[in-house]
Amino acid sequence: MTALLELEDVEARYGPVHVLHGVSLAVDEGSVVAVLGPNGAGKTTTLRAVSGMVRRSGNIQFAGRALGRLGPDGVARLGIAHVPEGRGTFSELTVWENLRLGAYTRRGSIQPELERVFAYFPWLSERKRQQAGTLSGGEQQMLALARAFVHRPRLLLLDEPSLGLAPVLVAELFRIVRELNEKEGLTVLVVEQNAQLALQAAEAGYVLEAGRVALSGTSAELRADDSVRRSYLGY
Amino acid sequence: MATAESSRLESLRNRGAALGGGGGTPIVIVILVGVAIFLLVGSLRSVTFAQLTVQGLALGAVYGSLALALVLVYRATRVVNFAQGELAMLTTYIAYQLIKWGLSYWEAFFATLAIALVLGIVLELALIRPVLHRSVIAAVIVTVGLFVLIDGVVNWIWGGDFKFMPSPFGTKIYHVGGVSIARLYVGMFVVVIISVLLVWALFRFTKLGLGMRAAALRPAEAAFVGVRVEWMLAIGWGLAALLGAVAGLMAEPSQFTLEPTLMQPILVYAFAAAVLGGLDSPAGAVIGGLLIGVSLNLVVQYGHIGPLKITSELQTPAAFAVIVAVLLFKPSGLFGHQEVRRV
Repeated sequence: MTALLELEDVEARYGPVHVLHGVSLAVDEGSVVAVLGPNGAGKTTTLRAVSGMVRRSGNIQFAGRALGRLGPDGVARLGIAHVPEGRGTFSELTVWENLRLGAYTRRGSIQPELERVFAYFPWLSERKRQQAGTLSGGEQQMLALARAFVHRPRLLLLDEPSLGLAPVLVAELFRIVRELNEKEGLTVLVVEQNAQLALQAAEAGYVLEAGRVALSGTSAELRADDSVRRSYLGY
Repeated sequence: MATAESSRLESLRNRGAALGGGGGTPIVIVILVGVAIFLLVGSLRSVTFAQLTVQGLALGAVYGSLALALVLVYRATRVVNFAQGELAMLTTYIAYQLIKWGLSYWEAFFATLAIALVLGIVLELALIRPVLHRSVIAAVIVTVGLFVLIDGVVNWIWGGDFKFMPSPFGTKIYHVGGVSIARLYVGMFVVVIISVLLVWALFRFTKLGLGMRAAALRPAEAAFVGVRVEWMLAIGWGLAALLGAVAGLMAEPSQFTLEPTLMQPILVYAFAAAVLGGLDSPAGAVIGGLLIGVSLNLVVQYGHIGPLKITSELQTPAAFAVIVAVLLFKPSGLFGHQEVRRV
């Protein structure tokens, strides 16, 4: 397998505050990879560095191409969909308009993409005209995921999908992510506080601490690691 | 989904809140229907009243389109563009020059709209964008500077004396019942309303329009889906300049002459319209424009302050009074959203 996404010694900062101090990680094509770690470790910033939302240095390669100084719209056009923390749905727009925006970079009809998405999220097709802001939190998270998938991305960046959701919804969400990965070959890089869930869904993981990779390995290796168990799995 | 039931309940609750939270509330609609009935009854009872109402609607449409330009710029960049009126005046001079060079009125009209679109985009890229990164206030100050700059340049190129343009609608007068309606006012109204509807359709039904709305509502998320946010905001400025150009071109025949101060009172009326409608509401801007146009016309004819009759000298101050009153008593206007801060 070749790495679809590769970060090499990536640093990022918000103004004077250094958040990432040289993060290196690789995401193989067709895999699900989790990024774990405590609050403030730089998990979200790692995703933002990939999609060009923060100033970054170091080397980021996507499908053999260096991202360089590419901004978020350029990164999106390469085939990377980013579902930010707090969902990032356009609550003022309708469900259909949100999905349409997901396929913004595609030309021509998006009907085939919509059909594929409705196969995974059947309830969306009945509520196309509903204003997204009137959906429940869980539905909005599903819509954000659906919107990202309409884009037909090669890589999905998923930031804290479980935040503020009921456990049953979180399980449902990860089930769909897993399904998209298995059936559609979608590559996923997911940031998650809930390490238990993340390691179930992912094949491999990285543990960030204070802006550095403290530990990495397959999910089985990480689950077996004492420090991961104590810090993130709680047993 | 197992949670569909509970989430549907939640969404119903949210929908209720969304309806109450902003937009056209029932009270506002009742008021508007009341105003419409008042105007209709008045028009049936008095010929003068009817003529003033028709004229007021035509002028109000012009104010409304300039107000819509202000709202588009405000929604896109949170900047109040004080130069919007002067920009409209400049494009009217460009049309004047094109006609002088031999174009017909309507050829010049459409050429001017294209020039205005490009001009708006270029101004945003060259002058607003660089300072917008620092602060919105800096950008607003730039627009004040732009006001002075355009005024100076127009006076320098064309001079401050009156210019005359051919009339786009002729001098025909229609008689409906006992009421005489100049074709000019019908034409102004129709041209402005069509322009406004086309811009609305662009925003509502096209992919470009969706991208522009997304960029204005949530720039960060819009970029995540591949919308070129900064380009969208520049096009927003371009469309605003285009609407302003329509306003300028339609204001000119109602004043019968072209001079550098053409749009200055109209900018005040447009501000009043935009504030009355709610600064972030496009529909509110147009309806606000019509309300301001009609009410100013009627107040000048029928209004009194104690024993003193209100004359046209008080028109601009009256519009200013509307601005102050709305900001004091209902800052979000008729259709604006309570909370307009961007996060």
